[in-house]
Amino acid sequence: MHSASYYLELLLSGITVGSLYALIAIGYTMVYGILRLINFAHGDIFMMAGFFMVYLSASMSPVVAIPIVLILTVLLGTTIERVAYKPLRSAPRMSVMISAIGVSYLLENLATYITGGLAKAYPVIPFLKKTFTVGQMTIKTITVITPVLTIFLVVALVSFISRTKTGMAMRAVSKDFDTARLMGIRVNDVISYTFVIGSFLAGVGSILYFTNYGQVSPLIGAMPGLKAFVAAVFGGIGSIPGAVLGAYLIGICESFIKSNDSIAIFSNAFTFVLLIVVLLFKPNGMFGEKDNEKV
Amino acid sequence: MAETILSIQDLKVNYGGIEAVKEISFEVPEASIITLIGSNGAGKSSTLRSIAGLVRPAGGKILFRGDDITHLNSSDIVKKGITLVPEGRKIFPNLSVLENLRIGAYLRNDDISGDLQWVYELFPRLKERSWQAGGTLSGGEQQMLAVGRALMSLPKLIMMDEPSLGLAPIVVKGIFDIIREINNQGVTVLLIEQNANMALKTADFAYVLETGRITMSGSGQELLVNEDVRKAYLGT
Repeated sequence: MHSASYYLELLLSGITVGSLYALIAIGYTMVYGILRLINFAHGDIFMMAGFFMVYLSASMSPVVAIPIVLILTVLLGTTIERVAYKPLRSAPRMSVMISAIGVSYLLENLATYITGGLAKAYPVIPFLKKTFTVGQMTIKTITVITPVLTIFLVVALVSFISRTKTGMAMRAVSKDFDTARLMGIRVNDVISYTFVIGSFLAGVGSILYFTNYGQVSPLIGAMPGLKAFVAAVFGGIGSIPGAVLGAYLIGICESFIKSNDSIAIFSNAFTFVLLIVVLLFKPNGMFGEKDNEKV
Repeated sequence: MAETILSIQDLKVNYGGIEAVKEISFEVPEASIITLIGSNGAGKSSTLRSIAGLVRPAGGKILFRGDDITHLNSSDIVKKGITLVPEGRKIFPNLSVLENLRIGAYLRNDDISGDLQWVYELFPRLKERSWQAGGTLSGGEQQMLAVGRALMSLPKLIMMDEPSLGLAPIVVKGIFDIIREINNQGVTVLLIEQNANMALKTADFAYVLETGRITMSGSGQELLVNEDVRKAYLGT
């Protein structure tokens, strides 16, 4: 039998991982909410953010590099939208989705080409790497910072969307482009803001994730991306609180599954079984709107 | 005759590969109520949607107070003082009644509380329901909200696409009373309707649109008694 602190540690680690999925999942769910597009490139934007840090920190301190990484990630996300999705605004949704898959492969192959396909060590960000002890537990600063920062960002985002004029415009655009235009809303600008927010959060997530993980490789965005996507579907894609809840659920379950040697190998499978179960029994997710349109 | 606020010159609109509007021209005098009547598919909606900047005209010119607005985007057109109450009301179901009104004033940066008050006076029902989600309102209330939302941009010209569609006769009468009321307060109204009877009774001047062309025009009263119009649109 394990001690209570062992389970607490598992829970904490699950919450940390869940927070990271949440930061990525918001990007999926917001873009879906506005464009009805599953941005398959989102996990790769997260990966690219990791490489931005690797290459920038070669010439400056990682702490100085953080804001630049975030800016570059936002620029990447909005540029992808402008180049690969915006020209297809009136095209069938399937075309945009295929374009998104194309961008995903483009980024993965670009990263493979530049790095030679090898994993690169992620720079150490000193203040995230510190540890401290509570009772018998040794806790990394990052384990605490990750959920606190995530919750802060989620609360900030939710109140931005529910209280500000731009947030109101986002909710309007998510329902009806043409009527939003009649209000004088510049729909393309609102779509850009969505990509700014999603990419920014993926950038923050990448810093926390790779600090934990220690290295970046060209295909590393795929798995966290997929899991965040499952989290978004679980919560009801389009719903931010839903995506966050789904992310924490997946993170915590994974942490407990991984701790048990006999089933640890199934930790990834669990996520996708969850996806299948959700799609079978609650296709709109926990907080999703009733929407009969099929993707 | 009052000054012309909106002038449509040889407007052509293609919609889904079809010539929906074939070189029509008409004028809307300031502070008047003008109506375009015609059956389904005559090109009425396409005309309004191209004035509002939602559809790019294939040819012709749209002048608003003498300025060419043919190629402006919808945001700039709203800024000029033109608003469209779309067919089917299209209120935002996920926004509260109050938010729906506030989003109507999206481009304004001045104080809107006085105008909110004004809209609530026009539609006391909306005030009672101000915190309800727009999607929970009845059809008539949604139409009031759609009109109120359009008014919040303080338009000089308000265009309405089938405001009576799907509403009970008593509600339709209320909506038309409001249209007159708004007009009395100095807002120009461009109305399109399949309910020709109500539209003609309300309008100062009317145009009949048939398969993309204007085939007849006259004052509301003239068209009401016109044999052809009676046969085709009034069913009498």
